[in-house]
Amino acid sequence: MISNENKRLAQWAMEYAQKNGCQGVRVSIGTGSNTSFALRDGKMDQLQQASENGMTLTFFVDGKFGTFSTNRLDQRELETSIKNSIESTRYLAVDEARTLPDPSRFFRGGKPNLQLLDPNFGVVSPDDKVRMAEAVAAEILGTNDRIISVNSRYGDRDGFSYQITSNGFEGETAGSSFSLSCSVSVRGEGDARPSNGWGESSLFLNNLVTKNIGKKALERTLRQIGAQQVPSGQYTMVMDNLNSSRMLNPLISVMSGAALQQRNSFLLDRKGDKIGSDLFTLIDNPHIIGASGARYFDGEGVATEKRSVFENGVLKTYYIDTYNANRMGVAPTISGPSILELQPGTKDVNGLIADINNGILVTGFNGGNFNQATGNFSYGIEGFLIENGQVTKPVSEMNITGNFITLWENLVAVGNDARPESSWRIPTLAFDGVDFSGS
Amino acid sequence: MDRRNFMRTGGLAIAGAMALPSFARSLAKEESLSSVAAAKQHFGVTDADIRKTLEAALERGGDYADLFFEHTFNNSVGLQDGAVNRTSSNVDFGMGVRVLSGDQSGYAFVENVTLDEMLRAARTAARIANSTTKVAPVSLTERPIKDNFHPVLKPWEEVAVSQKMPYIQRLNDKIMSLDPRVQRVTVGLNDTTSHILFCNSEGVTYYDYRPMVTLNASCVMEENGQIQTGRSSRGFRKGFEFVTDDIIDLMARETVDSGDILFKAITPRGGSMPVVFGAGASGIFLHEAIGHAFEADFIRTNQSIYSDMLNKKICNENVTVVDNPTVAFNRGSLNIDDEGIYGKNTTIVENGVLTSFLHDRISAKHFGIEPTGNGRRQSFRHIAIPRMTVTYMLGGNMAEADIIASVNEGIYVDSFTNGQVQIGAGDFTFFVRSGYLIENGKLTQPIKDVNIIGNGPRAMSDVTMVANNLEIDNGTWTCGKAGQGVPAGMGMPSILVSSLTVGGSS
Repeated sequence: MISNENKRLAQWAMEYAQKNGCQGVRVSIGTGSNTSFALRDGKMDQLQQASENGMTLTFFVDGKFGTFSTNRLDQRELETSIKNSIESTRYLAVDEARTLPDPSRFFRGGKPNLQLLDPNFGVVSPDDKVRMAEAVAAEILGTNDRIISVNSRYGDRDGFSYQITSNGFEGETAGSSFSLSCSVSVRGEGDARPSNGWGESSLFLNNLVTKNIGKKALERTLRQIGAQQVPSGQYTMVMDNLNSSRMLNPLISVMSGAALQQRNSFLLDRKGDKIGSDLFTLIDNPHIIGASGARYFDGEGVATEKRSVFENGVLKTYYIDTYNANRMGVAPTISGPSILELQPGTKDVNGLIADINNGILVTGFNGGNFNQATGNFSYGIEGFLIENGQVTKPVSEMNITGNFITLWENLVAVGNDARPESSWRIPTLAFDGVDFSGS
Repeated sequence: MDRRNFMRTGGLAIAGAMALPSFARSLAKEESLSSVAAAKQHFGVTDADIRKTLEAALERGGDYADLFFEHTFNNSVGLQDGAVNRTSSNVDFGMGVRVLSGDQSGYAFVENVTLDEMLRAARTAARIANSTTKVAPVSLTERPIKDNFHPVLKPWEEVAVSQKMPYIQRLNDKIMSLDPRVQRVTVGLNDTTSHILFCNSEGVTYYDYRPMVTLNASCVMEENGQIQTGRSSRGFRKGFEFVTDDIIDLMARETVDSGDILFKAITPRGGSMPVVFGAGASGIFLHEAIGHAFEADFIRTNQSIYSDMLNKKICNENVTVVDNPTVAFNRGSLNIDDEGIYGKNTTIVENGVLTSFLHDRISAKHFGIEPTGNGRRQSFRHIAIPRMTVTYMLGGNMAEADIIASVNEGIYVDSFTNGQVQIGAGDFTFFVRSGYLIENGKLTQPIKDVNIIGNGPRAMSDVTMVANNLEIDNGTWTCGKAGQGVPAGMGMPSILVSSLTVGGSS
């Protein structure tokens, strides 16, 4: 929780900034704590524990814009800092587009609690947390001669925020998360020591999956042994549900007001156009109770709402914050997505694979990047060759190269296996005609 | 770093320069203290506090403990759409306690540096140990900074926003004037000043002053409806003296040129082919192909593909690679690491033989050798782990032109954005922003936007030629590992790798 003392400090800071010349002020305070226990081969390797806090002030002064942030929440120090920061801001050029959001767009409350905070956070003893990580490792220690090391880890964190603006917004958030994970390193062929892992996470400890984490990590590592390149060429690419959001992320990033306003976006002036295949329907659905990513307002205090992002491949919205909307002279939407749901199909990953003659199942990335202005991409990948509906052998050290618009036009199948614990719920996807380069 | 400079940088607040906490201001008058003594006063701790905290850290039987105090000031000023219209500052303050027990470590940090809070953190970190053997902390002896690899002429604390603005504006105007295709320019000037006080249970204490500046420019260019972006960046451990008209003009030219080439560039045909790396930024090849996998936390746990290769020949005898934090003013340079070990030049590959890994205190003790000064952390919130500093290959004896001439069909690359490696499998990649096709020994068609992938040991053994043109790159490289980002430097002469897998069309 944000203490009343901290809320008073935020209120004071806002008024103090106004007294020193600001016409508009936003103040946010965040606090949080986290614990982690990392075990190597079932024995404690690293424990870390911390709690932190911080304050960020955003100043709108005579049409000029500046921010100041600090983790020193001491009123006397803040006085000096706030005065100095406002002084610095005054030197800048006027930028009339810098304004707080219109108050009519703020979240005004009156909605059910989103239930993102485990009320029992902090109740579990450190010894019990360590035991959970020990149990993950115990699933596999000594079960396979190839194992070099097993790293298991328990982590938890809680976080709280409080935000006010001088034009009437007040909002609070609270959340927690728990995770258990395992990574395994094994002797592969030659000098190679492949490693892979598995992890589970949840906002609530009671919902955290604690079993089969070690086993899955080992299985995912062993299946990659002997991976090698296959011949370069066009394959149908099946991207599993751990990785498919990586193909969506570049689209979302260039739909932001900042990218559009700078004309550095391959989706510039494409709203209303058909970008992807008919199977590409994506919804931003921010108010799911108890779901990771749920929120009633964004970083500006603007109320979130359900919106259609892509409908049968047609681009329906951009993510435009107040500043960039003012700059471009368009209506603002929201600064970014909350929970993204891609409309599912009817088959899981194995069902999709069964339909493919000549493909590659991608199960991991190794580097790569994309060009924001053109949508050209190139990524290193690993995974498995698919022949006649069957996964036949592991592949690695290959690149996929193409353009995101062409890629989404060639979306040919959508799975039904999105991970509900993820805020971007993107199932396994299949794309036709992807260029793979290898041997 | 001498005391006077610490006083100056710790003690003054120029209007419009920086938001300084008021408690730091009183230091300006304290003229007679050593730099460590002044730093203790700055952080509001006494020798007795430090001793009590170290004792608490070791009370469960840990065999080593250290305290890392940090006070960091960061400022950035930005230009967009033709005007300098954005500024931000950040102040970060705190202390971390680390306890080691063999290879195990406990860590906790506080943002409120009071004795009570420090003791609480120390007792949390202490829980890593469980032994009846107690080690007592040794009285502190200052380890002075012997060689300052980044002396500062104009500390950032003394520079007002108004002094920075003309240079930022000049960079914008210059970029706009160089090419009519430029539609948008953004510029960011970011400076960071860190004051570090370190104390450990072996009696080592030091104060270090760490400056940093980055300058980034990018532009959006349009030609016949096609959009491309250009960019240029520099990062140094320097003060305001870094910003000159010359660097501004140079970066403006680079920004426009790096966008210009993309209009002419194509995506090459993908597959396995010879790759010539140009001098400088190609250091990313070393960083990914061997650097990370040489970090000795991966060696002591046997997870690196190079774990069993110490003193073995891993590549061509023309190849010698060093990790050298003493490169003056480099972004990756270090006077002393975050565990109290002086920065020193470590040869990691000598004439093709793997001669050393990169060690922190834990791995050095594990192998019974001296640490190499590579224990680094992102901030007081993080634990020290082995990291690279400034990693580069020494020059060979060939001319770059002869290397290019030796290739019938391949590519030449010299501009990159990011890279990555799998430590155990050895597969590494990096993304090429631009380069050229090599056809019949000549650079021909520009290329862009391809990922290159290879396997560390195999790629190193495929380095067949090394040129005599070593260049240290001064871009704004930040290296990520285990959730921590630290500034890094890299460099390279031109080399030929006889076969790597290049992304592209089929």
